Order: sequence, then C-alpha cells, then structure tokens
Amino acid sequence: MEAVAIEHLRRLAGGASREMWAFDAVLPGGAVERLVLRRDPPGHQVLSSRRDEFVLLAAAHAAGLRVPRARWCEEDAAVLGSPFFVMDFVAGEALARRLLRDAAYAPARAVLPGQLAEALAGIHALDPRAPGLTFLPRPPAGGTPAAAELTRHEQLYRAVALDPHPALELAFRWLAVAPPAPRAETIVHGDFRVGNVIFGPEGLRAVLDWELAHVGDPLEDVGWLCVRAWRFGADAQPVGGLCQRAEFFAAYERAGGVRVDPVAVRWWEVFGNLKWAIICVMQARSFVDGARSVELASLGRRVAEMELELLELTEA
Amino acid sequence: MQDRPSVSELLDAVRAFLEEEVVPALEGPRQFHARVAANVLSIVGRELAGEETSLLAEWERLARVLNEASAPPARLEALRAAVRARTAALAERIRRGEADAGPFRAAVRAHVRATVEEKLRVANPRFGKATLDAR
Repeated sequence: MEAVAIEHLRRLAGGASREMWAFDAVLPGGAVERLVLRRDPPGHQVLSSRRDEFVLLAAAHAAGLRVPRARWCEEDAAVLGSPFFVMDFVAGEALARRLLRDAAYAPARAVLPGQLAEALAGIHALDPRAPGLTFLPRPPAGGTPAAAELTRHEQLYRAVALDPHPALELAFRWLAVAPPAPRAETIVHGDFRVGNVIFGPEGLRAVLDWELAHVGDPLEDVGWLCVRAWRFGADAQPVGGLCQRAEFFAAYERAGGVRVDPVAVRWWEVFGNLKWAIICVMQARSFVDGARSVELASLGRRVAEMELELLELTEA
Repeated sequence: MQDRPSVSELLDAVRAFLEEEVVPALEGPRQFHARVAANVLSIVGRELAGEETSLLAEWERLARVLNEASAPPARLEALRAAVRARTAALAERIRRGEADAGPFRAAVRAHVRATVEEKLRVANPRFGKATLDAR
C-alpha cells in the first residue's frame, strides 16, 4: 500500500464542542484532496456520535443538499486519541460577524434568507424513516416532540447545573403550559443557524454541524434560527440577523417547507433560548470538571444573556 | 495591605497586553482564545469592583420576595453562600409552580430581572444596554 502524505495540517477556528482540522491529502499519484477532520476533544460533556453525524451528512449529500461530502469515519479512539470523521473541505467563510457586517458579503446577505429557507426545507424533506437513519433520536410514542425535547433538556440541566437559575426555572414553567401540538415529524437539523454554514460573497455554500440532529417538529429549526444569540448583535433582523420573521416563513413555505404556525415558532424560539442557556451551563460544567479551555469557561457567563432574553420573551 | 498596583490595575495591565500585543500576533483559534481571555479579565475586573454591593442588594431583594428578613452575613464568602442558598430556595418554589400567577409571580419576576441585569452588568454590559434600548 502506498503512503498518502498529509500536508498543511491546521486547526480551524470555532467549534467549542468539536475540533476541526483542515489538511491536504497528497495521494500516491500526486493528486491533492483538500479535506477536513472533525474530532471529539477528549473529556467533553456534550455527547454525540461522530459515526451518526457522518452517516447523516452522507444522506444529506446524496439528497442533493448543500453539505460537504462525507469521506470516512473512524470510531476507534486508539487511532487519533478520539473518534473522528473526514469530509471534503468547502472553501469560504463561516464567521457570522463577517457575514453580517463586511461590505464584501452584502450580496450574500441579500440572498441568504431565501437560500437558508430552501436548505431548511430540503433538510425537512429528508426521509426520517430511511433504513440508515434509525439511530436518530425520536420522540417517544404518544408524546409530542415539543414536550419530549423540553423533558430531555430539563433532565440535562438538572444533571449538570452548578448554580440555581431562577430565570431558567421561570422559562421551564412557561414552556410547560402550551407545547405545540404534534405535526408530521421530520428530520430536525438541531443547530441550523448563521455560524454553522459556510458562505461566500455570492451566498450559501454548505450547511455544517449536524451533531444535534434528531426526528421531531420541523418548526424547532425555524425557532432556533430566530434565537437572539444567532443575530450576533444585528437585533433589528430577528432571523439570523438577516431578515424579518414573516419574510423567512414565506420563503420557507415557498421552498416546500411545512406550513408555519408563528405561535409554535415562538414557543420553539423560547425553547431555543433555554436550550442555548443549558448548553452554556453544560460547557461551564465541562470546564469546572477539568476541560482546560478559556472559551468553555467564558460560556458559563453567557447564560445571563439568554436569561434576560427569556424574561423579555415571556413577559406577557 | 498589598502595595500598588491594585488588583484592578494589574488586571487591566494584563488585559491590555493581551488585546494590544498578543491578539494581533496570533491567528486562527489561538487569536480567538486570546480575545476571549482578554474579555474574561474584563469580567473579573467588573465583578471585583462591585461584588459586595451587588450581593447586599440581592440579599435585600431576596429577603423581601421570600419574606425572610434577617441581617446579611458580614463576611463576603458567607454572604455569597447565603445568597446562593436563598436563590436555590427561590428556584425550588418557582419549580413547584408557586410563581405561576398572582402577586408572587410579579415580585419574583422583578427580582429575577434585577439579578439578571446585574449579572449582565458584569458579564456583558453592552448586551444588557442593547436590550433596554430596544424596549
């Protein structure tokens, strides 16, 4: 077997929960493949499987969605210290602040609402019952996806919280009153937002970060995209700092997405703020338990942002 | 007592070093983490400057909301623990549904909002201000 040379290995920015490494693989014939390795950092709290993410990425690519082509997956931690998978490198920018502020990305800002709506409708059109995707977490029989997600996250929160959070307790109570009624279940990306897509000046190039995917209510993804943190300060545009809710809802429906119930999206937006707060609590817990990262440490102090937003959203 | 520079002056010196000399010299994830580190030092500086005053105000609010008036502990560490214990008691009452409606709901929400705003004054003053400006 001839050797493949690895060149230009470099760690990519971002990814508090997963390491991303870009590299060139020089094949025996001299051809060069530009690739990205996604790896679990050792000792991390947020558990998900690299194999599952790899399989789902391959399914999305096969369906013609804009995602990096998945190449191979290694679950044996003995190889590189922790499980990883490899996918094609997609050139472009991922930093949300550049997208929302740089003049060079003004054309991308104009087309992204429509492109994100199409991408999301495409994800929701994937078959959640496909034989290869049985690993995806699903709501329990008889329960609604909203109630199930709320219960699951409350359990996560109770298991890891370091401090009492009255603002989060108020949000749990608000959310428990009226979870959205069930609708046809689809694949939910689980982290679909600005910051998790690759774009160029011309617009969307790839949707990344499928590790939180599950089967559930498609409007969960729409509500998550409206969460304030993903506006990166561009608060006048509630959907990812890019556009108004009504504009996005209409584009998503035109692209074949499910019918949008704004009340349900609002519930999922509140839930999304709570979920992001819980993830930050979990990151802080990882730090306190020994993961040495100033970023994980600092996320513990971001919980207050979601607490204020939750109080704003649930005032009425 | 310790000599000058004070704690806040020392913190500020390290923060300025990170922002002005380390961040521009790095790139990629290291540059991002250096920026995060500088921001963490700013948080620490704001917390040290106002912690005792802030905890005393929180103690007073909790005493009114929970109807448990008593003198706050004199030492800072004991005050922290006492505020934490009362906050845990408040969280438990919310969890049991006691703050779902009525005058207790309004009192609890006002206290929680004041506490969250104070956390943001330390953690991210611009975020709190942007929220108030947008109302």
